[in-house]
Amino acid sequence: MKEALKNFVKTALGAARDLAPIVIVIAFFQIAVVQAPLDGWLGLFAGAVLVLLGLTLFIFGLELALFPIGESLAFALARQGSAAWLVIFAFLLGFGTTVAEPALTAVAGEASKVAADAGAIPDTDEARAEYVLGLRLTVAVSVGVALILGVLRIVLAWSLPVMIISGYVLVIMMTAVAPAEIIGVAYDSGGVTTSTITVPLVAALGVGLASSIKDRNPMTDGFGLIAFASLTPIIFVMLYGSVISWL
Amino acid sequence: MAVILDGLKTILGTATDVLPIVLFILGFQVFVIRRPLPNVRQLAAGLVIVTLGLALFLIGLEQTLFPLGRLMAEQLTHPELLGNGDQGPNYIWIYLFAVAIGFSTTIAEPALLAVAIKANETSGGTIGVWGLRVAVAIGAAIGVGLGCYRIVTGTPLHYYIIAGYLVVVLQTIWSPKLIIPLAYDSGGVTTSTVTVPLVTALGLGLAEAIPGRSTLLDGFGLVAFACLFPIISVLAYAQITQAITSKKAARLEGEARAQDLPEEV
Repeated sequence: MKEALKNFVKTALGAARDLAPIVIVIAFFQIAVVQAPLDGWLGLFAGAVLVLLGLTLFIFGLELALFPIGESLAFALARQGSAAWLVIFAFLLGFGTTVAEPALTAVAGEASKVAADAGAIPDTDEARAEYVLGLRLTVAVSVGVALILGVLRIVLAWSLPVMIISGYVLVIMMTAVAPAEIIGVAYDSGGVTTSTITVPLVAALGVGLASSIKDRNPMTDGFGLIAFASLTPIIFVMLYGSVISWL
Repeated sequence: MAVILDGLKTILGTATDVLPIVLFILGFQVFVIRRPLPNVRQLAAGLVIVTLGLALFLIGLEQTLFPLGRLMAEQLTHPELLGNGDQGPNYIWIYLFAVAIGFSTTIAEPALLAVAIKANETSGGTIGVWGLRVAVAIGAAIGVGLGCYRIVTGTPLHYYIIAGYLVVVLQTIWSPKLIIPLAYDSGGVTTSTVTVPLVTALGLGLAEAIPGRSTLLDGFGLVAFACLFPIISVLAYAQITQAITSKKAARLEGEARAQDLPEEV
């Protein structure tokens, strides 16, 4: 119990550190530049407390329940699993963590409001919910595919720069055909995917793999999974936008 | 009453969000590698906490980070602050704010610290922990700042991204091979769960506040910039470090030769 409390406080401090730079920078600009009374500061403060508490509980719970099993599982599968299971695991890991990723949920919601305001989708609750779900599932599938590619790269020793540069070429080609109103959302969805829940589990998979295969350098082979996970969503979301606009 | 109902709805939604990853990790544990579940009570408690925490975070986000991002964009583009000189409005404060947010949130990012420490160990000390953190933070700061400039001027997003890709490709050719995977990863690591909503709201608010910009076409893209520019800055950091080390090595060699010379004669 005492151990758990200590971990909780440590997690809370970590979450506070995440939030602190934002609070400091905004406070500085409010006091030094804007110099106007901040309307509704009480609501903002209450919200900040909720963010802090929520993030703390989220990470604390993950470390209590999911990370220990997930990390040892990723490591065990990477060392002894068959190639087929490893590929299935990689896909499900990418898909599952992305669906649960809070930043993606938030940004997809905001994107649906913007799209509805601009008239790109009908301004009804159902249309927005459908847009949010479509966006999140597309990104989740793309992160799953990214992890499959990343795992295959580590196992088969494909060249990372060649794959990433091919990805860039695909992004540029998709930009030419995708409807203009999806491009901004698509580019942003690459950075949204990889945060709180995805990175620790993905890192365990990468390091486990690189250290279990002979002649692999954890420095050059262990890294790179996250790079795929921030590139494929751009391509897939533009593809999704194109398909939707053709239908 | 409505607040409670909304809260319950959010909790139900987050439970559905967490369900897939839980089901499949437990499924793999039991059916594929056939190990028993460790400590079921701790597991159940942890999952309840995860769901609750996620719900609270999303509610708080809606009330704080989104409004704050928009508010800052609105206030920093207020006509009084912009001035109206001969060169038109002056957007310096919004750029400074963007740079400050990009730099400070990245330098404090725990995921980046973890990666930097790991990179320091695996590179045998050539990659400094602080050097890497500052390089990534400078990249993120330039990214968010330039992203705001793009929204203010209304240039198409993909021009910048394609130019950035070209720079990355050119740098990749001349960079030390060891750093490349790390540099590619550093783009994704910078944008944390707290930063992304704030930066997104800043972009949307800015597109709303500047006349003639569309939120849908111009408002997004800041997160993409914050992901792309750290790749460039980390590659540049590696190139500079390499240049300095090889110069130093060359000088040491030169000195050693100069000392050797008299003996040979």
